[in-house]
Amino acid sequence: MRPLLFSRFTASSCLGLGTEATLRALREQTCGLAPCRFDRVEIETFTGEVPGVEAEHIPPSLSELDCRNNRLAMLAVRQDEFADAVAACIGRWGSLRVGLFLGTSTAGILQTELAYRRRDPVSGALPADFNYAGTQNSFSVGALLRRHLGIEGPTVVVCSACSSSAKVFGSARRMIAAGLIDAAVVGGVDSLCLTTLYGFHSLQLTSPGPCKPFDVARNGISVSEAAAFVLLEPIPTSADADAIALLGVGESSDAYHMSSPHPQGRGARDAMLGALRDANVRPEEIDYINLHGTGTPSNDSAESHAVTSVFGTATPASSTKGATGHALGAAGALEAVLCTLALQHGLMPGGVGTTQVDSALGVHYLRSNRSAPVARVLTNSFGFGGTNCSLVLGRAG
Amino acid sequence: MSVHGYLRSIGVVGPGIDDWSQARSVLTAQSPYRFRPTSLPAPEGLPPAERRRVGRVVKLALAAGLQAAKGAGLDPATLPAVFSSSGGDGQNCHELCEVLATPDPHLSPTRFHNSVHNAAAGYWSIATGARTPSNALCAFDASFAAGLLEALTQVVVDQVPVLLVAYDAPYPPPLDAKRPIAEAFGVAMVLAPRGDSSSLAQLTLSFADAAPSGLGDSDLEHLRTSIPAARCLPLLRQIALGAPGEVVLEYLAPHHLGVSVA
Repeated sequence: MRPLLFSRFTASSCLGLGTEATLRALREQTCGLAPCRFDRVEIETFTGEVPGVEAEHIPPSLSELDCRNNRLAMLAVRQDEFADAVAACIGRWGSLRVGLFLGTSTAGILQTELAYRRRDPVSGALPADFNYAGTQNSFSVGALLRRHLGIEGPTVVVCSACSSSAKVFGSARRMIAAGLIDAAVVGGVDSLCLTTLYGFHSLQLTSPGPCKPFDVARNGISVSEAAAFVLLEPIPTSADADAIALLGVGESSDAYHMSSPHPQGRGARDAMLGALRDANVRPEEIDYINLHGTGTPSNDSAESHAVTSVFGTATPASSTKGATGHALGAAGALEAVLCTLALQHGLMPGGVGTTQVDSALGVHYLRSNRSAPVARVLTNSFGFGGTNCSLVLGRAG
Repeated sequence: MSVHGYLRSIGVVGPGIDDWSQARSVLTAQSPYRFRPTSLPAPEGLPPAERRRVGRVVKLALAAGLQAAKGAGLDPATLPAVFSSSGGDGQNCHELCEVLATPDPHLSPTRFHNSVHNAAAGYWSIATGARTPSNALCAFDASFAAGLLEALTQVVVDQVPVLLVAYDAPYPPPLDAKRPIAEAFGVAMVLAPRGDSSSLAQLTLSFADAAPSGLGDSDLEHLRTSIPAARCLPLLRQIALGAPGEVVLEYLAPHHLGVSVA
């Protein structure tokens, strides 16, 4: 593919709001996870909440879109002057020539979950103030940001579980390659809700403590929330020295099971090979791998089979989910932004929370930060339904 | 700016419509449209354990998708696929929300993994053995047009045939009052970069400022407006007529999706 410039990017997670706070947390190897205090949930687990989400204000003109997920989107899009950069981008290309591609897994389902507690005792009806289209529907975050940012180009929400906001890079780059648009806002927004907390608990996939990806004693995920956005544009003839670009996207399906990965990581391997091919990059040219690394025994085992079959055992790798938790449909975009910081600052982030790396996995897993020039990285996102996506990022210049 | 490609086949399952030949006959007024509840075949290709677990939307997507793959004479395992739905599995969603409203919720693990919007894509890949990329999209009432745009763009950029499957099924009470969807409807298309003698049409997509095309017939127009996936019907009618023409499909205001059929 023809590389695309990350002309602006931002992320807000339990590590902090915006890239400055996020970079500081990476440098200090902070863990953003805390014991679950969400709603009235009584599961022994840790979650990653974004500070200030509930207090975020949705303007009256968008009030029918008010829900936790959309508050998180509004909070995040203000960081790093991202919304201003989108406005300038629309000024350059025109509102119809900028697309919007967002990933989420649960959108505003929390609003529905809470509305089900307030059903009419006689008729069973949902309360009058519950708005389906503006909250529960998977497109609600697309509707919000399309209106808020003034984008009129192709707009869609990708809702493929935990690969959602990695796959948006693929959708955006195809539309740019086809000449339908010149630029695209891509990203992911996912917020805490009861479905995912109780759902992963029902599968015995939530860790009672902070998750420990690739640890010999790993025992599940920590559900978290996040929003992250990237503005993709053509690379100008004179890109800054620290400018970062999307170099390749690889997508695949496991065709194996709805909630378990293929044990040998068959689909994961296909996605990584596809991304390398798309970027025209050899495995040995990847300096750092940001693993999907959720911290469940089977996920990390399947991913390590796939990683070692493509890269061998020498390439430094880590999962940032020990610090951020698993932001599900926002994880792909969040980790793309973390990789961008890694590239710009020569920082391979050590995996937080992991105390004893599982040597049986064979991956060169970093537990502490490593300072070294980073030219190209690969980041993995895999999800329920056997959906896989890998991205290759690198310097634009 | 536009994208164009070739339509190789259509699969369609809806109220009173079991397949493309029946849809073609109704859309060209060769036979009258008669409403009857959507009849869904048993899901082909899934292992027995999985077959018991799937909801209506998965059966709908599988049925329409398999019709289209067969119509194109292609092994479904070879096709990258784009799945697009306004709402996913409403019955499953309702049952999860009912349990979550209780003081000490215990969810069924199967209900949880079936709640993902890409459930149909996941079961499709298990049923057909397709390890190709698949996407799972939502654009509310614009979900069909968004899926068509995504799929045809993929055809143009990657120069391979791509399967599009768009589907919607009703929510049960009480959600149906907030999001009425009249019946289960699924449509699938195999789109390809090059045409051959068996191609149904050449399609060119571009943005249009005109309002979405309607269908004169009141029953079919009701289907179009009351089921997001049935927003495809003006396009299906133009193809059924076998004549060149332009239709406008509902997309996202202020722009809709113009489709030139040749």
